[in-house]
Amino acid sequence: MKGEHAMPTARYAGTEVTVSDEGFFADPGRWTEAMAPEIASQEGIAELTDRHWQVITFMRHEYEAKGTGPTVRVLGKTSGVSVKELYQLFPKGPAKIAAKIAGIPKPRGCI
Amino acid sequence: MVLGGGTGGTLLANRLRRQLDRAAAEIVVVDADDEHVYQPGLLFVPFGLARPEALVRSRRDQLRPGIEFHCSAVARVDVENGTVLLADGTALGYDVLVVATGARLLPGETEGLLGPGWLEKVFSFYSLDAAVPLRRALARFDGGRVVVGVMDMPVKCPVAPLEFCFLADWYFTRRGLRDKVELTYLTPLDGAFTKATCNRELSGLLEDKGISLVTEFNTGEVDGRGGRLISYDGRQVPFDLAVLVPLHGGQAYVDRSPGLGDELGFVPVDQHTLQAKARPNVFAIGDAADVPASKAGSVAHFEGEVLAGNICRYLAGEPLEAGFDGHTNCFIESGFGKALLIDFNYDTEPVTGRFPGRIGLPLLRESRLNHAGKLAFGWLYWHMLLPGRDIPAVPARMPVAGKHAADRALPGAAPN
Repeated sequence: MKGEHAMPTARYAGTEVTVSDEGFFADPGRWTEAMAPEIASQEGIAELTDRHWQVITFMRHEYEAKGTGPTVRVLGKTSGVSVKELYQLFPKGPAKIAAKIAGIPKPRGCI
Repeated sequence: MVLGGGTGGTLLANRLRRQLDRAAAEIVVVDADDEHVYQPGLLFVPFGLARPEALVRSRRDQLRPGIEFHCSAVARVDVENGTVLLADGTALGYDVLVVATGARLLPGETEGLLGPGWLEKVFSFYSLDAAVPLRRALARFDGGRVVVGVMDMPVKCPVAPLEFCFLADWYFTRRGLRDKVELTYLTPLDGAFTKATCNRELSGLLEDKGISLVTEFNTGEVDGRGGRLISYDGRQVPFDLAVLVPLHGGQAYVDRSPGLGDELGFVPVDQHTLQAKARPNVFAIGDAADVPASKAGSVAHFEGEVLAGNICRYLAGEPLEAGFDGHTNCFIESGFGKALLIDFNYDTEPVTGRFPGRIGLPLLRESRLNHAGKLAFGWLYWHMLLPGRDIPAVPARMPVAGKHAADRALPGAAPN
């Protein structure tokens, strides 16, 4: 990432990774499970429960299949976790926060 | 076989009928009813600026001779065997299928939206059924909090709810009530619009007109009785009158057709050729397709030119052309006889300049010329767009001649 606008980096689980200005992973391949709790705590989530992990795993799977993370509505329909519960798990916005913790880029919006 | 006699289905069938010899191809259009609604006109109904009956024409009458119109709902599509099962019991086989049945409004998917207060304090303008009662409610309204809210993306014509705000500002000003009305625009996005460059311009317009902006609001519940919208993260926005854009999805038959649609009932297609991922002989056009472009009539029009060519190529056994670039073109009515015009595609943000060339309409700024353009579009729609004619000087691929190059591509806004 040499260039005029070098992207910021962050250090999780002892490894330096490149992230966007908003803190989303530039390369999902650099993410490891050990990094998730640290990213979560930065987002105000003290402990990752099994339900959090269900969503995180689903986010990565969707990203691999489709090239972008799902929206909250699609998450609510397909992840096995309702939109209401998604907001309880990730109060600041499930699609964005779960994407960040799952080490995938910011979900593309609808246009 | 074309499922859907709306904007995309009609203009595509008409283009194909001109391009394909009658002896070589039969064209059938299927729709559940014979009422084609000019949807851009719905925005004007609540303000008494359009007569509802003037927006509706026969679907059949918009089709060229040599196109069969079959009036029935679709039960499901069997893509494996190339058959469409209709609600009237008929099974129709096809060689090529085009899904053009648009998007469906799903107000029932938001808790409370259709509950107490629906059509009393809670309205929509995305269908005639709701827009007409809203006109009466606005006429009676004598002050208070008006909230215009989008439940979640994707929605048809994402600029329409903003235009509604601008027109409401004009409407209440004209009635001498503006200082008694608090106007709020509420969106699940992190800005006023999905495109960063427009966002600046449109946020500025909202501010100038004294319209509050509430962002990243994902409505979890509509409390019509209590007059408040409650977001999933627990925020509340009170209202005396709510004008809501309901959730959108594809048609129910898409969900019932194995392999055809995605989680929301839209049809996944190659975003440049419009060929469905389901089968090589299935295509989609307009709002029914899952392409990352706005759900808008202009998109269906630009897609039509590419798709008609690709269907001819498919039938001739030739490779498809990756010709659709996401071109979208929208007039944004901003009230007081003015409008903005935006023009963009998959890769280019809406920029300033002129359209479609250096002496054309001004882009991304308010002008009376654009308002005239918006009004003229009603005629163009019935007489040029639906018959499947190219609009002079407006090509399917996004033009760049009159555009200012300084605006670079910026990422769009994301849902929360």
